Amino acid sequence: MNLTIGWLYGAKMNIYGDRGNVLALAQRARWRGIEPTVTEIGLGEPIPDGVDVFFFGGGQDQEQIAVSADLQGAKGEAIKTAVEDGAALLAVCGGYQLLGHEYRPHDAPPLPGIGLFDLVSEAGPERFIGNAVVDSDEHGELVGFENHSGLTHLGSGARPLGRVRVGRGNNGRDGTEGAVYRHAVGCYLHGSLLPKNPVLADWLLTAGLRRRHGDVDLPPLNDEVEHAAHRSAVARAVKTR
Amino acid sequence: MRPSSTGAGVLPRVRLGAALAAAKLASAGIQKLGRGGGTAAPGLLADRIDPDLLTKLAGRLEQGSVVVAGTNGKTTVSRMLADILEADNCRVVHNRSGSNLVRGVAAAFAAQASLAGDPRGDIGVIETDEAAFPEIVRLVAPRMILLNNLFRDQLDRYGELNTIGTRWRAALERVPPETAVVVNADDPALAEMTEGLPVRRITFGLDERRHRLEVLPHAADAATCRRCGADLVYDALYVSHLGDWRCPNCGAARPPLDIVGREIILNEVESLEVTVGMAGQPGRDVPLAVGVPGLYNAYNVVAAVAAARALGVPDGTTARALGAFRAAFGRIERVAFRGRTLTLALVKNPVGFNEVLRMLTSAGGGLTVPTLIAINDLAADGRDVSWLWDVDFELLAEGTAPLSTTGLRGADMANRLKYAGLSADRLRPLDADLRVALEAFVDGVPEGGTAYLLPTYTAMLELRRILASLGAVETFWRQ
Repeated sequence: MNLTIGWLYGAKMNIYGDRGNVLALAQRARWRGIEPTVTEIGLGEPIPDGVDVFFFGGGQDQEQIAVSADLQGAKGEAIKTAVEDGAALLAVCGGYQLLGHEYRPHDAPPLPGIGLFDLVSEAGPERFIGNAVVDSDEHGELVGFENHSGLTHLGSGARPLGRVRVGRGNNGRDGTEGAVYRHAVGCYLHGSLLPKNPVLADWLLTAGLRRRHGDVDLPPLNDEVEHAAHRSAVARAVKTR
Repeated sequence: MRPSSTGAGVLPRVRLGAALAAAKLASAGIQKLGRGGGTAAPGLLADRIDPDLLTKLAGRLEQGSVVVAGTNGKTTVSRMLADILEADNCRVVHNRSGSNLVRGVAAAFAAQASLAGDPRGDIGVIETDEAAFPEIVRLVAPRMILLNNLFRDQLDRYGELNTIGTRWRAALERVPPETAVVVNADDPALAEMTEGLPVRRITFGLDERRHRLEVLPHAADAATCRRCGADLVYDALYVSHLGDWRCPNCGAARPPLDIVGREIILNEVESLEVTVGMAGQPGRDVPLAVGVPGLYNAYNVVAAVAAARALGVPDGTTARALGAFRAAFGRIERVAFRGRTLTLALVKNPVGFNEVLRMLTSAGGGLTVPTLIAINDLAADGRDVSWLWDVDFELLAEGTAPLSTTGLRGADMANRLKYAGLSADRLRPLDADLRVALEAFVDGVPEGGTAYLLPTYTAMLELRRILASLGAVETFWRQ
């Protein structure tokens, strides 16, 4: 069995160590004897066939403008089609915003997204910075580091990833964090997220692999080191916010 | 009674004196209590009393001030420059302890002034924090600004690099045209930021093909053209995104170098040699040997030489001062402890960490010396430890030496090393408590052996306190 990870705009959208998510997906596949291939999908490059799991990280403003334009048309449609067909996806921060309908900056025209998630984001007056803990029905306790001034509002077609226990979440008001649609997850959690939330990493891997390989059940790994990192991050979140 | 006609002149002087007295008292009190170097709090007090303190004191320096900025190496460069100027018989007012926000600079100036408000010095050398740079430039009105580099550093504190770039550019546009701006032209963002400024720009960089990197490291920023957004290409890449860059699309390129470092020899964790030349003056090549390691320090040396030359210091004096230079607190230092030799190197961001890893593995064969990495996430370290995922720890997967982790986020560090492919038998997650971890780690190093300690900033301070309490090192403000 093999695994193809499609890293959307890896060269542009790579701030805050989000590439750790790609490392986590690749290593957790490799440790189970599944050979991973990481394909970077840059500006102007089409979505290749056969991507099992997409990753889409955050970027700086300048990069985000170019990426928003690049996603319009066939490319965005190809991502949506893949997700409809069962591909897994994780998007963080800027990538999360661009998968909604649009992002509205303070003093510039709106950046169109692709509407994979039913949500809209806008520039907010303050920056939410700090460790964050989220309770998810499906994945249990998640921990990461939020760092954004954008406010995201979910529409009726989007389900939140979870409820914020520590931190500010999507918009600092409604207690939600992130969004889920089929096997696509978007959120504001850096950290990197997947290495210290292995349950979510394995959920994405399983979903992505099932699309091509049928009923896949991943054997458990020894996650002592991951759990220790998770616990210490939760403890710091509680202590520092 | 007649109103005093001298009142207007005397009052500000009195106010300045009161501010200075308060600052000095606070500084003395803090040092006595042993709460660190007594560096920032007195400035905070003085700031409350006289907000113009820094402007007034800087304005009284006969030879003006030099402001040094950059995410990496600014402490080293400003110390080098201060040493060079002192060797040239200048009295230098300098925030030497590295306290580099407005209040820290004000504290340093207050500590080095008489109560009458006269600075005990001829020239100021001011290391500044990235966020404080525009404000310090405004307050001090420096004669020279040195821009060393702009790497991804504690983004959670500053927002994005582009934001810093925009603020710096705005600050630079307001300085008078006689200001000298010494800039690392190997950094595309800084080269573009200083392009077309009506100031005296002096560029420096490296021209040394032997130490090129093969690929752009993951931590690299600004690898896109600031003018047209295309990906830059490098004819030579030295450290992170620093090198001989050009844009294949719009033709932007590294500007010609006024001051250039070449013929670099790196002696592992010990020292480096570099020849610093001057454009159009082949006779002014000066070979230097400096007791700081790593290619990133070659940049710091060239930066200091570029500034010293522009300030008129003779090359011989510069060479002598740099020959005697010792690394600043916490950058690289060696201590003897329980029969072992410990080398301490501060790690604070991906670029710096990558360079430290490059240095530790430069002998070949991966990591061969036991190493303890101590990661804290206090405000001075950056609350966000995501940056660990931008460091190329994959370099350490080769080699035989064990890697131990500690600190408030030591567990995150261990997890990072696991995903870097380090085998389980080499990975030793130790207690989060630094003292407990240090004792266990040192016990595991054979007597007579060597080991590396790689702490973040606050972990460094604490490790030094622990080592000092066990008789190993001096405290930093005595340096």
